[in-house]
Amino acid sequence: MITMKDLRKDFSVRVKKGRLRREKRVVNAVDGVSLTIERGEMVGYIGPNGAGKSTTLKMLTGVLTPSGGEVSVCGLVPVPQRIRLALRIGVVFGQRSQLWWDLPLRESFALLRHIYRVPATEHAGRLKRCRDLLDLDGFLDTPVRQLSLGQRMRGELTAALLHGPEVLFLDEPTIGLDVVSKQAVRSFLAELGATGDVTLVLTTHDLADIERLCERLVVIDHGRVVHDGTIDALHARYGSRRSLVADLAVPLPEGFTLPGTTLTSVEADRHRATFALDAATAGEAVAALVAAVPIRDLSVVEPDIEDVVARLYTT
Amino acid sequence: MAEGNLRAYAALAGAQARSVFSYRASFVVEMVANMGATVLDVLAVLVLFRATPIVGGFTLAEAALTVGLSSAAFAFADFLVGNVDRLKTYVRAGTLDAVLVRPLGALPQLLLMDLPIRKLLRVVFGVAVLAVAIGANDIHWTPARVVLVVITPLAGSLFFGSIFVVSATLAFWWVDSGEIGSAFTYGGRDFTAYPITVYGEWFRNLFAYAMGFAFVAYQPALALLGRTDPLGLPSWAGFVSPLVALVAACLAAAVWRVGIRHYRSTGS
Repeated sequence: MITMKDLRKDFSVRVKKGRLRREKRVVNAVDGVSLTIERGEMVGYIGPNGAGKSTTLKMLTGVLTPSGGEVSVCGLVPVPQRIRLALRIGVVFGQRSQLWWDLPLRESFALLRHIYRVPATEHAGRLKRCRDLLDLDGFLDTPVRQLSLGQRMRGELTAALLHGPEVLFLDEPTIGLDVVSKQAVRSFLAELGATGDVTLVLTTHDLADIERLCERLVVIDHGRVVHDGTIDALHARYGSRRSLVADLAVPLPEGFTLPGTTLTSVEADRHRATFALDAATAGEAVAALVAAVPIRDLSVVEPDIEDVVARLYTT
Repeated sequence: MAEGNLRAYAALAGAQARSVFSYRASFVVEMVANMGATVLDVLAVLVLFRATPIVGGFTLAEAALTVGLSSAAFAFADFLVGNVDRLKTYVRAGTLDAVLVRPLGALPQLLLMDLPIRKLLRVVFGVAVLAVAIGANDIHWTPARVVLVVITPLAGSLFFGSIFVVSATLAFWWVDSGEIGSAFTYGGRDFTAYPITVYGEWFRNLFAYAMGFAFVAYQPALALLGRTDPLGLPSWAGFVSPLVALVAACLAAAVWRVGIRHYRSTGS
């Protein structure tokens, strides 16, 4: 569905050096990215600010011309075949509205039907589905400029889907949203992805988006792919493990060890201990611990993806 | 495909009209203010002739024909294409992204999204000036001249439209292009409003002949009046405006095409 081969984008920036002198410097915003994304995949694209996420997305959607390499989306080359491609993809740029600022939301949708030449019945069917799932009915007749960010984002999502795109590109779809709106957007996308008809590529800074939505995670930094795989693979690669947190009835004895785990922290007057699970399963570790020490409470903590990614960014 | 495109563009224009009318009061004020600006342009020419009855070898009535052709052409181009100069704002803010992901041509979308309906009165006024000027001159009508008087404002607006596009496209290379483009758009309009005989030779060669502004109003006006050109161009020079405009349009299209490849968007 999407292939990139050694995709590059350079920007030249002029840096001020003294009163009149300007030095030209080339910035490799995207520096040789190669990826293949199959139909129906949901791919999360993350990286620190300025890593080249948005730039890549803009090259995939035909907004920016690549400086080098090859790119194809739906079998089309984005920039020369921009208009044909636009009919087959949906785009939500969190920061750039696709809607008509001064018109009621309903009219934006009607306009998009003409722009994308969607048959009336198809359009009505898709709009109905979005209205139900995203709960749009309360503000369909409100001018877009008066919508809250959460409402607008739901409108943007609908706008991007009314022509039944094969690929949906989302650039930070949950940025700035409150918890409830984020949930609404995520469950909507999850449902959309579950049908398997739509390929989904999203960039985000909110890793909860990824954990909820994407099986595949691509981490980009300084314009290069530093990780491509599942979230589990990321954990495996960077040694992040699940851990067992136990509240003990008595202080943890000195020199205590639990087979197949590593003791990572002891707190609260030796009444709370955290074991990272190495070789042991959670069940084995719990059984061994309960047999050795009286336990008040137990929990198994999933590794924090934020930590992993933070480590990735800094290395 | 083509019909669907037309309908899509019509829908865009309709949306722009509804957006504008949602701010009714400011629309009326802008429309009147715009009209006022155009009236002043024509008054400036009249004032000039109050001082001297003949300017550059032309009487007031003859010069009015040049003004009429020029302002009709410019008003029409300004209405349809003039707002392309907002491009620099879009390039700076990166909002051109939204335009580029839609399945329509970027330039027509930009023009329709910003279609300045407030400038419609200017078009009416420009055509009115032309009509008055035609009435004030004793034109010996032949079929060729009838065609000429219809085609000249159209060719002129195509020419001005091309200038608008080229000067707006500067923004792709040079985000701070500011008002440099206006020197050629509004400057061009002022240049074509007077018989070009009034300009110094060096300046005239550059603007009138090298850049083609002579063919917007001056040469066609001569052909309509049946006067020989004091500057020595043959009489058929009045009829080549559409050709000049076409060349300008092709150039503008090429510059646009190269320019949009240079679009850099902004970080988001």
